[in-house]
Amino acid sequence: MDKPYAITLSVGSSLANHTGSWRVEHPEYVNRMPPCNKACPAGENVQNWLYIAEDGSYEQAWRELIKENPFPAIMGRVCYHPCQTACNRSFLDEAVGINSVERFLGDHALEKGWKIDPPEHETGLAVLVIGAGPAGLSAAYQLRRMGHQVVVRDATHQPGGMMRYGIPKYRLPREVLDAEINRIKEMGVIFQLNTRVDDVHDALEEGFDAVFMAIGAQLSKRTYIPAGESARILDAISVLHHFEDGQTPMLGRKVVIYGGGNTAMDVARTAKRLGAEEAIIVYRRTRDKAPANDQEIEEALEEGILIKWLSTVKYMGEDDMMIEKMALDEKGFPQPTGEFETLEADSLILALGQEVDFSLLGNNVDLDVKSGVMDVDTNMMTTHPGIFAGGDMVEGDRTVTTSVGHGKKAAKYIDAWLRQTKVEAKEEKDAVAFEDLNTWYYTDAPHAVRERLAATRRVYDFSEVVQGLDESTALYEARRCMSCGNCFECDNCFGVCPDNAIKKLGPGWGYEIDLDYCKGCGICVSECPASAIEMVSDL
Amino acid sequence: MSTTQIKFYQVGSFAVGNRLLREDERSVQSDPERTNALTSGHRACQGCGEALGARYALDAAMRATNDQLIAVNATGCLEVFSTPYPESSWRVAWLHSLFGNAPAVATGVAAALKAKGNHTTRVVAQGGDGATVDIGFGALSGMFERNDDVLYICYDNEAYMNTGVQRSGATPPAARTATTQAVGAKPGNVFGQGKYLPKIAMAHDIPYVATATIADLRDLEAKVERAMTMHGSRYLHVLVPCPLGWGSASCDTIKIARLATQSGLFPVFEAINGEVVASSKIRKKVSVEEYLKLQTRYSHLFSPQRNDEVIDHLQRIADKNIERYELMGE
Ligand SMILES: Cc1cc2nc3c(=O)[nH]c(=O)nc-3n(C[C@H](O)[C@H](O)[C@H](O)COP(=O)(O)OP(=O)(O)OC[C@H]3O[C@@H](n4cnc5c(N)ncnc54)[C@H](O)[C@@H]3O)c2cc1C
Ligand SMILES: Cc1ncc(C[n+]2csc(CCOP(=O)(O)OP(=O)(O)O)c2C)c(N)n1
Ligand code: SF4
Ligand code: SF4
Ligand code: SF4
Ligand SMILES: [Mg+2]
Repeated sequence: MDKPYAITLSVGSSLANHTGSWRVEHPEYVNRMPPCNKACPAGENVQNWLYIAEDGSYEQAWRELIKENPFPAIMGRVCYHPCQTACNRSFLDEAVGINSVERFLGDHALEKGWKIDPPEHETGLAVLVIGAGPAGLSAAYQLRRMGHQVVVRDATHQPGGMMRYGIPKYRLPREVLDAEINRIKEMGVIFQLNTRVDDVHDALEEGFDAVFMAIGAQLSKRTYIPAGESARILDAISVLHHFEDGQTPMLGRKVVIYGGGNTAMDVARTAKRLGAEEAIIVYRRTRDKAPANDQEIEEALEEGILIKWLSTVKYMGEDDMMIEKMALDEKGFPQPTGEFETLEADSLILALGQEVDFSLLGNNVDLDVKSGVMDVDTNMMTTHPGIFAGGDMVEGDRTVTTSVGHGKKAAKYIDAWLRQTKVEAKEEKDAVAFEDLNTWYYTDAPHAVRERLAATRRVYDFSEVVQGLDESTALYEARRCMSCGNCFECDNCFGVCPDNAIKKLGPGWGYEIDLDYCKGCGICVSECPASAIEMVSDL
Repeated sequence: MSTTQIKFYQVGSFAVGNRLLREDERSVQSDPERTNALTSGHRACQGCGEALGARYALDAAMRATNDQLIAVNATGCLEVFSTPYPESSWRVAWLHSLFGNAPAVATGVAAALKAKGNHTTRVVAQGGDGATVDIGFGALSGMFERNDDVLYICYDNEAYMNTGVQRSGATPPAARTATTQAVGAKPGNVFGQGKYLPKIAMAHDIPYVATATIADLRDLEAKVERAMTMHGSRYLHVLVPCPLGWGSASCDTIKIARLATQSGLFPVFEAINGEVVASSKIRKKVSVEEYLKLQTRYSHLFSPQRNDEVIDHLQRIADKNIERYELMGE
């Protein structure tokens, strides 16, 4: 080319100058552990399904969610949502209403009639699940998805376990429960109801390749209470169970409930709905020590239930009873004071916790029980090869969600056991801390509150207390998520690089660092709202 | 099902992009097809705020003019790091002459376009704070006074960075530079000197004067776009932190610009025909200390012992800005 006077070099673009050679470290995109995911006992990928829901792709979000948990509509009503307790947004304004979005997705799926696809191939292997509670159902669902043949046996005539015979319908309407269980039936899981298993060993002989036991904790704990001849003392589990089966228990006008857990709250609220003028809960410790979930205590109080904290039952008579006041000692333990009070009471319902009924273990001694629960290893397998267990009958939080998580985990290990393979160990990752985020970029957005039925209205019937969110509010709530530790395609990194060293690959594809030009300044890392990029040394 | 419009977009317009926004509501920088007026391979330092500011501003100007743009550049870092012979990082028609004459050259380019009957190509001039408030000041004032059809953008990194961090008329009080060392009874740059060009520009009653920073991209883009809808002299003053001259971590460049606005030290506002019409409100107020602490040019205020008198003085300057430009919202 002819060059002008005094010009010796051809003009060119600076793209020829690879400034990447200046660098001693470079950014890398990462997927870090959001605290909500880490806290979910069912191992849901909360951040991911919220992300998908944010642009209105509800079906895709729902399908992502049910990979881990087949019961979003149930979860959205009964889960105690430890995810929200862990949510980083609570340090900014309030936690994301994960549970209400989950319920929205679950309800939306039922409304639209979305189905779960049956497995693509059959393995020809058969698994027996004993117990149709959340643990058993979750395992059955996961095993069926893997192509195994699954039979679920339950002693009662309806599936659901404590989701039906414990949790009252004002918290979990039965249409919702039935519909979500029905979806599992439609995948080809075989239900054998009214079929108590008396000895788990028989099942293996029957030809099942593996067994998952999930019989829950059905026996009410009892305590000795001096009582008059015609005193009415009932246990909470039987009261709830009978009521569910259509037999209204005789409770009288004044009902006293003994215990401080969720069961105590539920049975008191049920008694009130059945027409009791007065329902009083007696509990020996203080409110902050009560095992019941705080929202349930609050709702019980709103409904006019009285709670006598720091009190024990001394005597139960025909129409009255005696309680003793307790006081906390220096160590914080309740001690008797010798101060008594008489209460009018037609019946006393014990809600002192539940125990596992191990009668189905048979006489065989190869199954170990430790401190009242079934002994299982980290693979959820009992001491008998091929027999696994989970849910309330093993150690862990006794909640629906934990049970679902057990069922899922057991299914994974049962599958591996059946195929003689190993489950790949996942490394335990630390959750993303609030301080890791660059919260400047999130707009201010307070939490959307779910409406609740007025307390005065709800004690007359069993209609659902907590209402769902409509679509626009659910969408708003999903969008409050800060996407901790995972890219949500905000384009910040792409925009803020002074060296143009980031390529945007298009929706869903993320970004790529152009190492030819990245100088390693780290701006993209500091300005990523979600802490989804990390600096890595080049040395 | 409710069909009400959902107005919440998670990051709103704070982040560069937002997949939840309509295409036409998105920023220029979020577009994979953006001009990249200042492209890769330039020799600016790691984390250079000026390189970023220039790309932000010129990409926005390119979009606003349908790519019919000529840029005139004063001498300074931006010119030196982008065009070492024979390479150029510019993907826009670009012209450099001298340190002090960019406004005059731009005036000439605009006049030439007019003479040729070209009414669509627009002109921007750009330079550092030294080029703008010091050596090119006379030419700039002349351009304003004649109301020539140029958008002048000053990238303010508060000193003569290209030649080794010497003080300029835009260097803030107390800052250490090569020529205002942190020694003696009153270390760093003196209080009570220097000039604030946005106000001087407003005094010329030109159609548009605005300030911006690289910490608020959407605001910067909107101002460039707005300026491009107008004719006559327009002035945009952009704060661009300099990791080398300010002694800050390269990853903190945007954060520092943000703290400058959130402390009130750098007011972000807009003025039409010499009157302030709007200012960006502070979202998360911080003390000036949070801003100062990240920069070694102010380290003498904190060690060997804390200099409360000077820090308080700087805080008073910030507070005055907050009052004058109504930065606190309601
Ligand atoms: C009143 C009450 C309220 C609760 N509220 C909540 C709540 O709001 N949120 C929450 O997360 N958790 C709640 N829980 C706890 C939760 O319900 C349980 O942790 C969970 O249901 C346990 O699941 P599971 O599958 O282990 O057992 P279960 O749900 O107890 O199911 C076990 C099933 O096994 C069957 N079974 C037992 N023995 C045999 C046998 N030998 N052969 C065949 N079948 C058998 C039973 O009939 C039952 O259907 C509540 C519990 C109660 C009692
Ligand atoms: C007339 C003249 N005097 C001095 C110089 C040397 N010089 C080149 S750039 C520069 C400083 C530029 O400072 P500023 O305008 O603030 O831009 P920055 O480099 O800080 O971006 C100086 C003094 C010159 N090029 N021309
Ligand atoms: S902000 Fe989102 S990702 Fe982070 S903890 Fe909360 S729900 Fe999970
Ligand atoms: S800055 Fe935004 S786009 Fe980039 S990695 Fe982080 S979340 Fe994703
Ligand atoms: S902002 Fe650009 S140059 Fe800086 S580390 Fe990130 S990719 Fe590299
Ligand atoms: Mg400068």
